[in-house]
Amino acid sequence: MRALFRGLVPVCRKEFLHIIRDPGTLFFALLIPMLQLFLFGFAVDTNIRQIPTVVLDESHTQESRRLLEAFAGSDVFWLKTYAQSQDEMYEAVRAGKARVGIRIPYDYARRLLDGTTASVLVLVDGSDSSVAGQAMSTATGVALKESLGRVLPGGAMPVEVRPSVLYNPATRSANFFVPGLIAILLQVMAILMIALSLVRERERGTLEQLTMTPVAPLGLMLGKMIPYGALTFAELCAILLVMRTVFLVPVHGNVVLLLVLSIPFLLTVLGIGLVISTKARTQAEAFQLSMGTILPSVFLSGYIFLIENMPPFFQAISHLIPATYYIQILRGIILRGAGITELWVSATVLTVMGCGSTLLAARLFVRRGAS
Amino acid sequence: MTEIIAADHLTIRFGTFTAVSDVSFAVSKGELFGFLGPNGSGKTTIIKALCGLLKPTEGTGRILGMDIRKDAAEIRRHVGYMSQKFGLYEDLTVAENIAFYAGVYGLDSGRAAERTREVQALTGIEPYMTRRAGQLSGGWKQRLALACAIIHSPEVVFLDEPTAGIDPVARRALWDLLFQLSGQGVTFFVTTHYMDEAERCGRVGYIYLSKLIAMGTVAELQKLPDANPAGTSRIQIQVENPSEMLDGIRHMQGVREATIFGHSIHALAETAHVAEMRRKMPQASIETIEPSLEDVFVTLTYRIMESQR
Repeated sequence: MRALFRGLVPVCRKEFLHIIRDPGTLFFALLIPMLQLFLFGFAVDTNIRQIPTVVLDESHTQESRRLLEAFAGSDVFWLKTYAQSQDEMYEAVRAGKARVGIRIPYDYARRLLDGTTASVLVLVDGSDSSVAGQAMSTATGVALKESLGRVLPGGAMPVEVRPSVLYNPATRSANFFVPGLIAILLQVMAILMIALSLVRERERGTLEQLTMTPVAPLGLMLGKMIPYGALTFAELCAILLVMRTVFLVPVHGNVVLLLVLSIPFLLTVLGIGLVISTKARTQAEAFQLSMGTILPSVFLSGYIFLIENMPPFFQAISHLIPATYYIQILRGIILRGAGITELWVSATVLTVMGCGSTLLAARLFVRRGAS
Repeated sequence: MTEIIAADHLTIRFGTFTAVSDVSFAVSKGELFGFLGPNGSGKTTIIKALCGLLKPTEGTGRILGMDIRKDAAEIRRHVGYMSQKFGLYEDLTVAENIAFYAGVYGLDSGRAAERTREVQALTGIEPYMTRRAGQLSGGWKQRLALACAIIHSPEVVFLDEPTAGIDPVARRALWDLLFQLSGQGVTFFVTTHYMDEAERCGRVGYIYLSKLIAMGTVAELQKLPDANPAGTSRIQIQVENPSEMLDGIRHMQGVREATIFGHSIHALAETAHVAEMRRKMPQASIETIEPSLEDVFVTLTYRIMESQR
């Protein structure tokens, strides 16, 4: 048993010395995830408001102005410019000056008075699907409300939906995205630091020296994982503090449980970093491979897109990505106050992945050697 | 005579490339065995195989009686290794480097302190203990690397081109240390491509194109028939302007090799033609000499190159 982990303590101690001897690297390693948290935490807002809109009002009547006010009043449209012709309206959308064009025809008011259907053209730039979707549903809503207001003058609406949102009542984007962002930031930090550390030893020849000593592969692997794991864990605590105090994301569940369940995730990503280091020859190569893990973790982990909406093939892939499970844990505890009874499956999967990636790294390392 | 290192028909292939081809030798306790050969000839590969890092394709070897195929982990606890890259952590101090290797070799704190004192006394590195390894000069880095390689009192030490890029004073100091340790019974296996270093070794092996082509003491190698082909003489030609004469001498009848050696020319010539050479160059003094180790290896290398043509 001891032989299996031989060298763990001296390697671990040495690795801590490397970390404190290089305060510059330490500073950036801790600062960059924090900067990114601020950057992405503030930038990512999926609530769509104030879509730039170009208006072509051919009717110029009280009725048409009333309709435009209804559009503006929805907060979704921002009536930015007024076009004089249909060509001008199309041009504004094509040039990207506006995302939506609204054309009210000259006979709008007359048709309303006649009781025939008055059509209004809503031109939507579909290049951003979420903006287009929001624009269309809101436009339909505005039209429906106008129509009902005409049919039932002064009366109450027959049906009214009163949504009651659980867990994130203000539907703030930050509450949803910041917990997911934690997983991505920690993953990049951990993988990059540990992979570079091992590849650096390979480049400098100290790894060759180590392979000539009785250090066991697992001793070396865990000896590297503990210091970098501790560093990433410290960063996690700092990020959680910023999330709570700056982004005002409330934590509904148990913070201690969150910290404990973070350990299997850190084990997994550190293991992946070590696997990368057995494949990379240079630090540049290790850097590129580490960066290659980001995109799948961002797009297929449920961080941005709902896993349930993905094609079955990608759903299957998303279940192979560690960040998927950690994001479930983060959102579960932070947003919904989930406990271990709801999260034990994710925690177990991560634990298995963590042990698996570590053992795989040790195995690949033995096969690869120091060259 | 106890056999400490033994290679037995060692062959190592990487795919279709043969890095080591049927190499056999034995090194006894306290011996300083030099392994000479150009870069890429297979020296490092042999060391790695003997330390159990590479499985030989064919053949086997023994270190301290342990099988390199089966007892790799145990072998590494009894073997020291120092490469030309030194394997030092430059951001760690001298003391931290030594402590790290003491820990890696599993020395308990009492033993580590004792051995640290001993390697300090041996290498004289004590005044630099708190300095970062990266700030040491090449010579001191080398001594520190040796201190780390022997911290666990190994019975065998492999040194892979330990003096590459080190100034002559530091080189001599290192060799003095090696002799001191070998006097205490430590067995050394040293690879080099410096002739003068090879000449210091008790016995020398010469490896060329993955094959061990000669082995023995320096005196034995100088008398090798292959290095002194029948009917030839090794001569030293003293002339005033050797560099201008060299080309002419090379093209003289009966001259097989010629090279400049300081202010003279060393040549391998057919004995029958030496008298004629004396007649052609009355101003030069020509005398027969023993071949140097370099002469031996150059001649052996030429013979192999010719046989492959």
